[in-house]
Amino acid sequence: MITKEYLILAPEGMHARPATAMVKLAKQYQTTILLKKGEKTAKLNSLLNILSLGIKGGEAIVLEFDVAEEAAAAGAFDTFFADHLKDW
Amino acid sequence: MKGIGVSSGIAIGRAYWVRARTARVSGLLLEDAAAIDSEIAKYRAAVAAAIAELETLMAKAGAEEAAILGVQVELLQDPAWEEEALRRIGEELQPARDSVLLTMEQFVSVFENMEDDYLRARAADVKDMGWRLFQRLAGSPAGRQLPEGEGWILVAEDLTPSDTMGIDADRVSGFITKLGGKTSHAAIVARLRALPAVVGVGAALEAIGDGDELVMDGATGNIFVNPSATVVERHRKKQAEYLRRRKHLQSLKNRVAETRDGVRVHLQANIGTLEDMEPALAFGAEGVGLLRTELLFMEREQLPTEEEQFLFYKNVLLRSGGHPVTIRTLDIGGDKPLPYLFLPKEENPFLGYRAIRISLDRKEMFLTQLRAILRAGLFGSCRMMFPMIGSVEELIAAKGVVAEARRALTAEGIAFAADVPVGVMIEIPSAALTVDLLAKEADFFSIGTNDLCQYTLAVDRMNEKIAPLYDPLHPAVLKLIRMVIEEGQRSGIPVGMCGELAGDARATELLFRMGLREFSMAASSIPEVKEIIIGL
Repeated sequence: MITKEYLILAPEGMHARPATAMVKLAKQYQTTILLKKGEKTAKLNSLLNILSLGIKGGEAIVLEFDVAEEAAAAGAFDTFFADHLKDW
Repeated sequence: MKGIGVSSGIAIGRAYWVRARTARVSGLLLEDAAAIDSEIAKYRAAVAAAIAELETLMAKAGAEEAAILGVQVELLQDPAWEEEALRRIGEELQPARDSVLLTMEQFVSVFENMEDDYLRARAADVKDMGWRLFQRLAGSPAGRQLPEGEGWILVAEDLTPSDTMGIDADRVSGFITKLGGKTSHAAIVARLRALPAVVGVGAALEAIGDGDELVMDGATGNIFVNPSATVVERHRKKQAEYLRRRKHLQSLKNRVAETRDGVRVHLQANIGTLEDMEPALAFGAEGVGLLRTELLFMEREQLPTEEEQFLFYKNVLLRSGGHPVTIRTLDIGGDKPLPYLFLPKEENPFLGYRAIRISLDRKEMFLTQLRAILRAGLFGSCRMMFPMIGSVEELIAAKGVVAEARRALTAEGIAFAADVPVGVMIEIPSAALTVDLLAKEADFFSIGTNDLCQYTLAVDRMNEKIAPLYDPLHPAVLKLIRMVIEEGQRSGIPVGMCGELAGDARATELLFRMGLREFSMAASSIPEVKEIIIGL
């Protein structure tokens, strides 16, 4: 299992559009990905659940990648956060 | 009537009410397993059809609007939604149409109860997607038909993506909604399409009837129902002026400020609040050359805490679009006193206890501000600068406090940016004249022409009787400016200017020829200055 922490730099936080892109990206991998914010956890396959976490700009989130394809998926999310979650 | 203007522009047209859809739960229960299977099949077919419908719309829409519809495609396939909808059919024996209505209600209420404005507004996306499914299942006609003609202003409780995109967009000239805020769907789409929009009008909106003549101003939020000819005429003029200005700004906004022979100049904005950032970027600002921090300290009973300051600086940095932001530490004195600081009234406040002189004297207050800036530095490209530095000793003392703030944060294990550049405002002649000494200690200079001018010429810029003597183009002032620019070039230190002269079109060419490459000004002056640079 790989665990990664990301800081949300997009000022408006986890908007519907980046969240949608994130769910789409997650679907490309076998691995089950959990998104954690503080105490709360959501599976990364549900846009509704991710939005319900209410992730704001400047907050930190943690992604947990299950074993299958974990390295490839984690790498893809690194790129995603660096490129796409800055100024939606 | 008046609401919140969320997308500027003037529209003059007729009202078209987009009424909220209503439907009742049928209350029927499914009788057997075959009925359940058939409802599940209907549900899945409706999802597939709705996705196909959205994809057709997306193919026609622009990239931004397609992305908004893409959110709905994703919602239609959402496992949390699907699980609940199928559970209602399979376990509670509800027909698919009831299941969709009730599942929608459930998720909508989750969003409507959220604290965050943006997320509350997302209830509209869930509703929209739910209605799309419901209409398929209940067989009611989808979409709306605008009456003939152009210039329709959509009036609604709230607008959903299908309201704004399903309708013939070319014939709509504005949006007005009863609910909503800056991040509601109507506001987002209006800004994308450069249509005026006013939201949050409240119950007063009910007074508008279908077909009423409307004049709306998306900047002020004013709405006139069946206005007089004079009001219409006045707004026609305003509209023409706005369109002309917008066209001009747009033609310049994305152009790089570069002379014809390729010398690059950076044009930045002076701002004092978070709300100033968006318009500044819209004027084409490449960051903030001067973030005033005084407003944070004014109109309150006590000093802002480190946390309050940190949040403000952080949010400004997060919204700067990756451009640099230069934060100026507190610049206050006897002329604009803060009651809780108990600053004595002075004979000569501009020559008195002010700016860095106060900061160095009240070290706790200064430390708090520096800690907040260093912490916020993690969230963007941040610089800090000190106002009213008159000697290198003052700069060394101020840097000592920065070092102390760093040590304290390190000891407490609090994350901060260690590499925030530290610069000096050059606004006292003694600083300009000893700029070679300051260059050894500073990471950058920013010339504050307003004070530099008044101190050099001994002219109080607030005194109207001697206003003609206040001349920032006086040779003495220009000589000092040149000294600073040349020292910057010699020692390789960036030099910017953040006083009014930087935004004065009369001085642009002169300053450029003197070697200035960073201009920071009121955002609205940027297009005019850029135009001059491009022509050089």
